Amino acid sequence: MEQVTKGFFRGLMDKIGVTSQPDDAPPSESEEQLQQAAVVADVQEKPKGEPGFFERLKQGLKKTTDGLVGRIDTLVLGKKVIDAETLEELEEILITSDIGVKTTVELIRTLEQRLGRNELKDGAALRAALKEEILARLVAHHQVLDMTGSRPFVLLVIGVNGVGKTTTIGKLASRYSADGRKVLLAAADTFRAAAAEQLESWGSRSGVDVIRHKEGADPSAVVFDACKAAVARQVDILIVDTAGRLHTKVNLMEEMKKIRRVIDREIPGAPHETLLVVDAATGQNAISQARLFKDAAGVTGIALTKLDGTAKGGIVVAVSHEFALPVRYIGVGESIDDLRDFNPQEFTDALFQA
Amino acid sequence: MFDSLSEKLESVFKKLRGQGLMTEDNIKDALREVRLALLEADVNFKVVKDFVESVRTKAIGVEVLGSLSPGQQIIRIVHDELVLVMGGGSDNALDLAAKPPVALMMVGLQGAGKTTTCGKLGRHLKGLKRRPLLVPADVYRPAAIDQLTTVGRQLGLEVFNSSADQKPVDICIAAMKYAELNGYDTVILDTAGRHQIDDFLMNELAEIKAATQPREILFVADAMTGQEAVNVAVGFNELLDITGVILTKLDGDAKGGAALSIKAVTGKPVKFVGLGEKLDALEVFHPDRLVSRILGMGDVLSLVEKAQSVFDEKEAARLQQKLKKNQFDLEDFLAQMQQIRKMGSMESIMGMIPGMGKMMKQMKGAQPSEKDMVRIEAIIRSMTPGERANHGIINGSRRLRIAKGSGTSVPEVNQLLKRFTEAQKVVKQLQKLGPKGLLKGMGGLGKGMLPFG
Repeated sequence: MEQVTKGFFRGLMDKIGVTSQPDDAPPSESEEQLQQAAVVADVQEKPKGEPGFFERLKQGLKKTTDGLVGRIDTLVLGKKVIDAETLEELEEILITSDIGVKTTVELIRTLEQRLGRNELKDGAALRAALKEEILARLVAHHQVLDMTGSRPFVLLVIGVNGVGKTTTIGKLASRYSADGRKVLLAAADTFRAAAAEQLESWGSRSGVDVIRHKEGADPSAVVFDACKAAVARQVDILIVDTAGRLHTKVNLMEEMKKIRRVIDREIPGAPHETLLVVDAATGQNAISQARLFKDAAGVTGIALTKLDGTAKGGIVVAVSHEFALPVRYIGVGESIDDLRDFNPQEFTDALFQA
Repeated sequence: MFDSLSEKLESVFKKLRGQGLMTEDNIKDALREVRLALLEADVNFKVVKDFVESVRTKAIGVEVLGSLSPGQQIIRIVHDELVLVMGGGSDNALDLAAKPPVALMMVGLQGAGKTTTCGKLGRHLKGLKRRPLLVPADVYRPAAIDQLTTVGRQLGLEVFNSSADQKPVDICIAAMKYAELNGYDTVILDTAGRHQIDDFLMNELAEIKAATQPREILFVADAMTGQEAVNVAVGFNELLDITGVILTKLDGDAKGGAALSIKAVTGKPVKFVGLGEKLDALEVFHPDRLVSRILGMGDVLSLVEKAQSVFDEKEAARLQQKLKKNQFDLEDFLAQMQQIRKMGSMESIMGMIPGMGKMMKQMKGAQPSEKDMVRIEAIIRSMTPGERANHGIINGSRRLRIAKGSGTSVPEVNQLLKRFTEAQKVVKQLQKLGPKGLLKGMGGLGKGMLPFG
């Protein structure tokens, strides 16, 4: 267990280095405004990937690096010959980085082929090739979300329980309203206690209206009202928060289909984007989540949350690749501006930065 | 979908047949499969390594018995070993033996399910004739306090009155005092979710621990967690010395290998599992059930429980009466179909029955789609009560009317009636088998009871 412990402390030290501000304290009124101002400035200055961010992502991914790349380096660097055994061990490393069995097997097969063509002379070449292959898989489906196509643009946010749907929506709302777009939120999580209050609290932070009903109301009814309101108030973006549901619960999946039907009926062609929120700490189950949610709800994009912990983002590779889904956003913290556009190059770079 | 471990081992061991002993050499492939199956179930790789090593030691030199296939033997060793690691049979009840009020502290990552579990645990304790006080000490997440307050109201449990501008430590201290003065014997502290590397928030937990001297510190872990589970659990355990684990969201299709990792690296027992969003969905942990789940061996007990949870008892009794009299009609057929539908997808049901893995594959494609189900329902609903009770009277013109009424076609009606006749036959056979044959009958259920297959 030595390595785990070491990793933990190193993670602790990283964190001390990164978080000088107590980022989890509840922002007071003035702080809030400051933060908002910061978001605005941020966005206006340079819409995506400002300098500090890469560092930040790298720090966040440092633990992933310890796990994935650290082990790959130990395995391959300095190796003169790449043999079947090396690949087998590499396969295990990839699986244990939550990359998923299917994607791993495919990655290894590709590497085997390249090895067969004598492209990979030594460990360093193998490492570079692996990075290339992972990047290629992320780039293949990468696409930034374009929200200009229709008005109102309806964004439906779904996922299993506790992945951070409401928090992600709060961040999205803040970001888009800072961008000068008119945003409306729909609190269609009528099941979990105080879910609507949570959304309202986010809404008030960024001055965004929330459509809600009483707890236990029909989520489709909330969505219906929200759609009507979105059209009447001429908002640019309507974001719908749904209750967390395990993808194996048939009745809850049916409920979601109904929500979709209602949205489509009220605003033809909507939802324009169905965002599946995935917790970075999720293991192989993310594959099953993506499969069933895609079948039932036509997921069109992924948001990966909680990357500020030690969790590996490995599942992104598998989910994006196996289901041809673009990763749209990553969540790297709890404060309101901690949501970023996903950038495959940066992500992979950070992943492979030893 | 990955095949279950048992199937894979069977194929690996085909070449082993006829050999007398298991040796280092001939179980190598099998152990690789074991390793992959465990990794697939999100068991941490280091834990897997140690574990496979111990299975190897146990397996080498074991005689290949005639009655058991080598694959089955390995599975058995793996199963027993896993149950052992998970602390099979050890007492995992809550330790509340202290001078009241006794504090229980819930800790974990964001979104693990702490607040919901607090409510469930409060309900559980109430059932044990204790008087729990719920204390919301999560001042960071918006509306977290409201959430616990609502949960408490739903359960009729008192929730300590705290507000988001207080310090969590102060809330907990005040709550303990309040409990002492008002006769609450157990205090459940709901803390905010946090990453184990966030030293600011982790210190806060240490302070709460020092101030309240909790008898139990329960680490709440999401069953869907991957390899990360170990890092997180070790982080929390090092600082707080947790006393137990609650595994949540096990009602999905996650294998829950994380529990195995956590147990293996911290040595702390899993005490409860969360099996749903309803506030009564908390159960005492059974190691053997989780192990079967990890190995993909089927989980008959859970299936039975699941069936019990959705099957209406009265309805079941009525159906039994009808079955006895051989009066299984289309009405019952529809009712049964709907009940099975409530249990979830056919795939998930089949997955719980041992040995059904293979059958599942054969049934692929032959499976009822949601659409088929709707059509069947429409057809039966378009029949008169008389027709439903006795399908023999459905002649050509009736068929045409039913088809028109349900928006389907006559061939579809014919097909349904044919399937139903087959189902009736199965029911008759089931009758002959008696209660003991029920499980065997379940196999038949997949094939004949439903109008496809």
